[in-house]
Amino acid sequence: MANRVMRSIVRHGFPDTNRNRALAVFSNFFLHIHPVKVREKAIRFSRTFYLGGLTAATFLILVVTGILLMFYYHPSAPRAYHDMKDLEFTVSSGVFLRNLHRWSAHTMVALVFLHMVRVFFAGAYRPPREFNWVLGVVLFVLTILLSYTGYLLPWDQLALWGVTVGTNMADAMPYLGKEVSFLLLGGNQVDENTLVRFYVLHCCVLPAATALLVAVHIWRVRKDGGIYIPEDEVRELVVGVEDRDGDQDRTAGGDSNQAGAAGPKEAGS
Amino acid sequence: MSSREFSATAGDDARAVPLRLLVVQEDERAAVHQRDENLVMTFPHLLVREIIAFLALSIFLVGISLIFDAPLEELANPDKTPNPAKAPWYFLGLQELLHYYPPLISGVILPGAVIGALVVVPYFHINLHRRPLYDDWHIAKMITIAVAVAALSAVFYVTAAHPVWSLIATTVGIGALMLLPGLAGTRSPVLRWLSTRSLSFWLFSWFLVASVVLTVIGTFFRGPGWTLTLPWRDGIY
Repeated sequence: MANRVMRSIVRHGFPDTNRNRALAVFSNFFLHIHPVKVREKAIRFSRTFYLGGLTAATFLILVVTGILLMFYYHPSAPRAYHDMKDLEFTVSSGVFLRNLHRWSAHTMVALVFLHMVRVFFAGAYRPPREFNWVLGVVLFVLTILLSYTGYLLPWDQLALWGVTVGTNMADAMPYLGKEVSFLLLGGNQVDENTLVRFYVLHCCVLPAATALLVAVHIWRVRKDGGIYIPEDEVRELVVGVEDRDGDQDRTAGGDSNQAGAAGPKEAGS
Repeated sequence: MSSREFSATAGDDARAVPLRLLVVQEDERAAVHQRDENLVMTFPHLLVREIIAFLALSIFLVGISLIFDAPLEELANPDKTPNPAKAPWYFLGLQELLHYYPPLISGVILPGAVIGALVVVPYFHINLHRRPLYDDWHIAKMITIAVAVAALSAVFYVTAAHPVWSLIATTVGIGALMLLPGLAGTRSPVLRWLSTRSLSFWLFSWFLVASVVLTVIGTFFRGPGWTLTLPWRDGIY
């Protein structure tokens, strides 16, 4: 019975054979971002330092800690600040929760930037990956905006004036500066209206947009054959034509195709 | 195949004896392009790596969170402006520029230009071939680099409210590294590595170093009234 229930959830056997290992990836919703087989070169730490994946991991941590923080938070002044004090003195592990969210946020900004630098120096934006690079730039901006809108929420001096300095720059925009700033702040200066707007942006709009674009970003990486590996690193063999002696060892293509519908040359990041 | 002799005959009535041409290739199969590289099973090879990376990151972040507390100052007060009022750290490079250029340039045009430049990077075949700058080395190229560095430094010296020494130093430093293989040859591995960098590598490196330098100065070396402070003497504002 237990086995029958288990089979209804996971339809393959224990992944101790290559067939079941292939099915473990191929038939899993969450693992479908990966092909069944990956290039050994693509998964080495020294190639990517896993920066893209770690960025996604920080985002995951931020979503979880962020939801927990929302249970204790009111986006109104000065209540927001008192909620910070409650986290510090009343809520069990409240300080740790806030610390983890804050440091993860800073880490995510840094990781996104490092990821971009790595991708540039690898030249991984070249065709057909141009648009994925553009999506990456958009995600970089979204990350900055997420961090920036979150910066205001504790409603302490650091938050108020840090955000004020930033929004003063928007004022300098020609023609539209005042309007954009008014729209963003919900007024002429950073006050309670701004807190509500930033809260909604921080907890709903920006995370939803980021999650969506991250999905597209990763999907496109997979569709373009996994992470970028320069052409000159891959020696291309043409087998079959000069293969007249019946030497079957070199026609290894059949082996890599057996793994499933996913192409053999893909890799996750 | 071409050495073989063929004879073809055609009947008078094409309907009764249709003309057929059959070419048979001798003992060949369609070519299969195959990459000569190792493939491994995603499960377990990639998944184990992902789990280890995620756990390492989690341990790092939990450790940091246990040791360092997130800053929390007193209640927000619009009537009490702190000195200095600093933006979040990732904007301090721009805020540092605000010290030199009006907000229109440092707050709108420059960040807009940077984002715009990043977006168009892949559409202008930048760095596509990664041709070494020293591929066809001419004295003219060296002079061009020197003139460009001098001109850019002059811009940062003249146009700003105060000379932007941080950007001038970055420009001269990157320029010197570009010129080094031309002046000193390519004897050592480091020089050889420098000589094989492309122009886009240098431009991006300039952007990278400039943004890091400005952010570090804005974060650690600026105090009340945006005056220069030393973090080990005056602390971090």
